[in-house]
Amino acid sequence: MKALWITLTFIVFALLLGIPVVRIAGGAWDDGWSGFAAGLSRPEAVHALMMTGLIVVIVTAVNALFGVMLALYLVRAKWLGTQLKRIMNSIVDLPFAVSPVIGGLMIVLLLGPDTALGSLLNKAGVPIVYALPGMVIATLFVTFPLIVREVMPVLQEIGDQQEEAAHLLGAYAWTTFWRVTWPSIRWSVVYGVVLTVARTLGEFGAVLVVSGNIINKTQTATTLVYEDVENFNLTAANAVALVLAACSIGLLLFMEWAKSRKAS
Amino acid sequence: MTNMLQNRWWSWGFRSAILLYFILLIVFPIIGIYGQSLTNGWAALVDNLTEPIAWKSVLLTAKLALFATIINILIGTMAGWVLIRYRFPGRSLLNSMVDLPFALPTAVVGLMMLLLLGPRSEVGHWADSLGFTILFHEPAIVVAMVFVTFPFVIRAVQPLLEEMDASEEEAAYTLGASRAKTFFRVILPAMVPGIMSGAMLAFSRALAEFGAVVLVAGNIPGRTLVASVYIYGQIESDNPAGAAAVSVLLLTFSFLVLWLVSYVQSRRTGR
Repeated sequence: MKALWITLTFIVFALLLGIPVVRIAGGAWDDGWSGFAAGLSRPEAVHALMMTGLIVVIVTAVNALFGVMLALYLVRAKWLGTQLKRIMNSIVDLPFAVSPVIGGLMIVLLLGPDTALGSLLNKAGVPIVYALPGMVIATLFVTFPLIVREVMPVLQEIGDQQEEAAHLLGAYAWTTFWRVTWPSIRWSVVYGVVLTVARTLGEFGAVLVVSGNIINKTQTATTLVYEDVENFNLTAANAVALVLAACSIGLLLFMEWAKSRKAS
Repeated sequence: MTNMLQNRWWSWGFRSAILLYFILLIVFPIIGIYGQSLTNGWAALVDNLTEPIAWKSVLLTAKLALFATIINILIGTMAGWVLIRYRFPGRSLLNSMVDLPFALPTAVVGLMMLLLLGPRSEVGHWADSLGFTILFHEPAIVVAMVFVTFPFVIRAVQPLLEEMDASEEEAAYTLGASRAKTFFRVILPAMVPGIMSGAMLAFSRALAEFGAVVLVAGNIPGRTLVASVYIYGQIESDNPAGAAAVSVLLLTFSFLVLWLVSYVQSRRTGR
């Protein structure tokens, strides 16, 4: 009985997870090394990967700062009422429930070229939609809960006694944060950052809607894969997809390592 | 004194910056989309939703997401059980593989499914010889949804199994219950809250899925066009009102599911 269940689980994992990953790793080499290299060295592929990298850096930095701050406020702040905190707490999760396409649509509806705010910004020379700022905003929206959700439980768990002790001993708020709070939340921040990077790297729906997928301008790695598939350019799509998959598997392995560090 | 004043200014500035960011980034867009769907009044909203292509796509998505969720309940419960209860070589490898669908970009998942199920692959050939096609038809959408939502049930069941008290199970055995009876009367009821909340999250994710589905669905209106792809199509053809109407329907549904999950969880931890 036990052997049967274990075998079944192995079969499910192999069929559902194993074979697809192997297939994508193999598919990039359909035309040999040159096909893979050609797929990656196209100017649009280089540009798309650069674009993705740029968005990852901006989004991760902004989210790390605001995510940790908001988690601190939602757990510790006394100036927010309990009721307000509870409402904000449930709003934090909302981006998880929003389909990425809808997330993109929201940005287009609010800041698109036809709206008052959008045309105003356009005139000021800061286009939002179909440009980098809109793509960053859409990704920020989609990845917003990740860091907050990782950090909040740890803050709740460690309590505020040590922080109060530091405060009573005359430490500045800043010192208290760096010397007392930060060491205990460090690994969950790292964990949240890794999740954010992985999600940003793979963000597709929201970015596709907001960017307009303009080649060599607003195209990211994932939207390039989409366009290549639509144009039946499968080997090239596979090359870019393999790079993305390798990045996310690497991040997954790093996450496992961080988890074991966090636990010890 | 100046130091203190500075400090106060700083903290006041930080507070308002964070709150403003929170409201502008999260609250504002959500209100905006509800507002947009109602700009032309209720009648226009109902008009957009009763468009046959629109409601058929929503219905199709719900149906396929339900299939995917049922499959996930079965294999997820099994995998969660096996990974916690049994010790065997390769266990920790499988356990880390569970998160793979969350880590992989959805567009990459779509491409994987396309390559795997396409007419040139073994699976495609095999299905062809049996007389049906997978790719660009409903089965491909379900497979993509199952892949993307695979971790939810497993990750929701595992903690429950881990913290379950072994003595209840032992008591059942001591009282002479068979293995099957113990499983269905003692263990399964303890797992149900986890299975349910995992399944609801999986369902709402499957409803919202775009990247993995858009590449493998045929996108034929009324037959293989799912809601998120319909929304994308409406945005592309410059009909934001139609897109907003379907979005609001999906959003409201997802919010309900999310609220239900947190309600169930708070009741469980509250006890």
